[in-house]
Amino acid sequence: MSVRRFPVDWPLVIVALLLSTYGISIVYSAGQTDIHTAVERLWKAQAVWFLLSLAAAFAVTRFSVRLIDWLTWPMYAVTIAMLVLLLFIGKGAGTAASSKSWLAIGGFRIGQPSELAKITVVLALAKVLSAYKEPPRSLLELWKPALVVGIPWALIMKQPDLGTGIVFVGFAFAMLFWAGVSWPLLVLVASPVVSLILAFNTKLWGAWFLLLIALVLWYKPYMYEGIFLVVLNVIFGVVSPIVWEKLAPYQQKRLLVFINPDIDRRLAGYHVIQSQIAIGSGGWFGKGFTQGTQKRLAFLPAQHTDFIFAVVGEELGFVGVTLAFTLFLLLFLRVTKIAERANDSFSSLVAFGLLASWFVHVLVNVGMTLNLMPITGIPLPFFSYGGSFMLASWLAIGILVRISAEGRGGRSGPFAV
Amino acid sequence: MSFHPNDIRRRGQAANLMVAGVLGFLTIGFFRSQVVQHQKYALQSETNRLRELPLPAPRGVIYDRNGKVIADNVIGYSVSVLAQKEDTLRAVLQRLAGTINLTGPQIEQGLRRFRRAPARPTVIIPDASFDVVSVLEEHRTQFPGLIIQSSPRRFYPDGPVVSPFVGYTAEVSEAELAQPAFAEYKAGQQVGKQGLEREYESVLRGREGSQFVEVDARGRIVRTAGARQDLIPIAAPPLYTNIDLDLQRFVAGIFGDSLQGGVVAMDPKTGGVLALYSAPAWDANRFIGGIPAQYWDSLRNDPRRPLYNKALQGQYPPGSTFKLATTVVGLETGAVTMNDKMPIPCTGGMQYGSRYFRCWDKRGHGYLSLHDAIAKSCDVYFYQLGLKLGISRLLAGGVQLHMNEKAGIDLPEERRARWPETTEYFNRRYGKSGWTQSVVLNLAIGQGENSQTILNMARFYTALATDGTAAKPEIVRRNPDRVKMMNLTPQQLDEVRGALVGVVQGGTASASAIKGVQLAGKTGTAQSGKFVNGVELNHAWFVGFAPANDPKIVVAVMIEFGGHGTRSAAIASKIIQAYLHVAPIVDQSSVEG
Repeated sequence: MSVRRFPVDWPLVIVALLLSTYGISIVYSAGQTDIHTAVERLWKAQAVWFLLSLAAAFAVTRFSVRLIDWLTWPMYAVTIAMLVLLLFIGKGAGTAASSKSWLAIGGFRIGQPSELAKITVVLALAKVLSAYKEPPRSLLELWKPALVVGIPWALIMKQPDLGTGIVFVGFAFAMLFWAGVSWPLLVLVASPVVSLILAFNTKLWGAWFLLLIALVLWYKPYMYEGIFLVVLNVIFGVVSPIVWEKLAPYQQKRLLVFINPDIDRRLAGYHVIQSQIAIGSGGWFGKGFTQGTQKRLAFLPAQHTDFIFAVVGEELGFVGVTLAFTLFLLLFLRVTKIAERANDSFSSLVAFGLLASWFVHVLVNVGMTLNLMPITGIPLPFFSYGGSFMLASWLAIGILVRISAEGRGGRSGPFAV
Repeated sequence: MSFHPNDIRRRGQAANLMVAGVLGFLTIGFFRSQVVQHQKYALQSETNRLRELPLPAPRGVIYDRNGKVIADNVIGYSVSVLAQKEDTLRAVLQRLAGTINLTGPQIEQGLRRFRRAPARPTVIIPDASFDVVSVLEEHRTQFPGLIIQSSPRRFYPDGPVVSPFVGYTAEVSEAELAQPAFAEYKAGQQVGKQGLEREYESVLRGREGSQFVEVDARGRIVRTAGARQDLIPIAAPPLYTNIDLDLQRFVAGIFGDSLQGGVVAMDPKTGGVLALYSAPAWDANRFIGGIPAQYWDSLRNDPRRPLYNKALQGQYPPGSTFKLATTVVGLETGAVTMNDKMPIPCTGGMQYGSRYFRCWDKRGHGYLSLHDAIAKSCDVYFYQLGLKLGISRLLAGGVQLHMNEKAGIDLPEERRARWPETTEYFNRRYGKSGWTQSVVLNLAIGQGENSQTILNMARFYTALATDGTAAKPEIVRRNPDRVKMMNLTPQQLDEVRGALVGVVQGGTASASAIKGVQLAGKTGTAQSGKFVNGVELNHAWFVGFAPANDPKIVVAVMIEFGGHGTRSAAIASKIIQAYLHVAPIVDQSSVEG
């Protein structure tokens, strides 16, 4: 492939570089505990992964969007194959020791294929959606996108990896929205899941059900679809208590703890409470870089992975938290801009899908540290320790740089919206 | 697919709004936790990482009247373990038992202490020896929750000499903690258990301080210094007593290892207790930090009952020392004067009803005045005086002389003296027709239904030694508290004292006279109810004071199974000599009853 000069989207790259540097610093701090652990050395590994990821991202920018488009199905096929393979040879690790999300050869853990799946599935979904002449108007028309996302989603939920599953659902909905699917249809698609959640409260579910009937009558989908949705909602509303019984005790506990972390302070709720204490005790300016006592004295669990943002809150305070949010906001706004200016619908959908994927990660991970979201073991982009996710994030940056370069306006646009 | 630029811009705006809205929502959430609720979480974070270690305060030093130390504090070591869960503690203790000598009961006790106060470090060895401490320091890294503190430890320089009144301290018990009076106490703290230590607990107890150590999530101590400013313990103020430690040592020396009994020495004017001893005594120092089981068993199984405080708890028939009470009642009611003689002469005994009542001296005393009857301790005289007074008057007189009360000393162990308040007592006990006036004969000579403490007899004699008002015995200096006991004129009191002088000068206790000092007092030989080879053993009493014209000390001595009262008189004489710093007269020997 010939090396060709093209405009680089520097605002995007700079924000991503800042986030990565910030993140690696926090990984370093997470290792600074009073009783030394292996975490102490992980920041170096993370730095190496970062450099590798930069190289990989640079390589990706050499690929034209056409090439990426062309490679989508082969990559998707490889992804599915790997996910199937994982169900047989997958290994657990760390806080998710019982799941099978790791690919290992000879006991050496290479990476988590599901991180890369987040990108390939976005690409595949973008390819499917961009093929539509008009936005889908009915459920039946959505069978293709549903299949493209549903297969890897089911494989990942089988590992089980609830966090990644949530991410898939998140970016799938976001991409449908970006493809122009009307919001009543999105609500109808989501309705069975809402029924499932509300089934525990008969009154709430009743209200939701009436609302759904009203929506069906107003939106007027095909009759079969309308009946199908209503029946599905009834089934889910009634079935979910039974499903609850089927859940493993630790899964039930996680959900319960989300509702009230004080239920079992010493066990599952302990993590969330310690995270809240760490963040709350940080105050305006924090306890100082590497000085967080909750982290130093090991009260904070998974301080370099799932709960890394609690380290930010404890050591750098509200100021540090706001800085991180600002960087994320700049990243998201920039990517929206790229999606808006993309040359074709495939590029636009890819850009928006990658944005949505990051956004769900940030929302669920950060929300979890403050007990606003259930504990799902989902990493924070650019912050949480983990090579595969760092690589995936920077591959996404590489793709976005390319899309931005090929899009209208390129890098000439202002940094703000 | 709708990718018209306008549609895209609209969706882009919606997406941006969504992203900004969610991040704004999260920002508000963090603001709430980090700024609004910061105080709450900062406190929880501190509670997480800091553990409070109590720093025991030194107890108040107890001094005698001359500034000599009775109870002091020395540096001791306590070994504690900081654990989060009982299982963890149990595991640590079992490992500790492999390093130092830790018994099963000690482990169980440690676990009980933990259950009562899980947040505090659990005291395992309240009073560790230096050897144990040095072994533990060597293996410190193996026991992350181990705390070795130097803490003040109670020490009594004179040990068993002072234990009869000073008591001892020990860890507050579970039973005590359950009481509201101990609401401010925490498990593992020291508390006075007996004597002054218990009576003046609220004064002697210092204010506990705190040291803060930093622990990690597993309760391992990470940092001991500088985690937070320590709270310095505040020592309690000293306690000044009326005790004369030199005299107390002298008394203990006289008793040695062979005698058993009790002594109370008081200043008759102030009621200040100069010495209070019970023999055999136990060593309070060995009680601190847990009594060794072997020592405890030896004390409990000792037939001389060292744990029983003979000066405060012992209830004995007062014998002839009580004749002064009969005398006072007789003088008060006008039934006799010091010179009156009784109609029946003493011929070694007298017949009353169907019974023959003996005098202690079979040879008989003949006709005697009251003065001489006291000096010779003639039982026949007092039988008749008792009959003359009648049971009701004698009982009422005894009540007026506080023979049925506590002397009111500031020690928790004191027991009440026993004296029938009215004849109802006999009706209740023997039935209305089950007893006769003959009981008055026994009561008049200090036998029968009459049990006095050594302390109460000493108190009674303070009234005789002064103006008829009895001084309340006090160990700790306070304002003298006196109670009018007898309505006798100064002249009558002088006559009574004269008779008591007669006891020592030519009377039953003439062997105990002191050169240059007039000693006044009364011997007593009381039936103990204990027989050896068919012969009843007697308790030997002496209660007296000196100098007779201006008494500075009242001494009550009781030797259990000591035989004749003269034996106690000799001891009392020595005690008084030691106190007044005078030499004894070696005089002719005499016998008494």
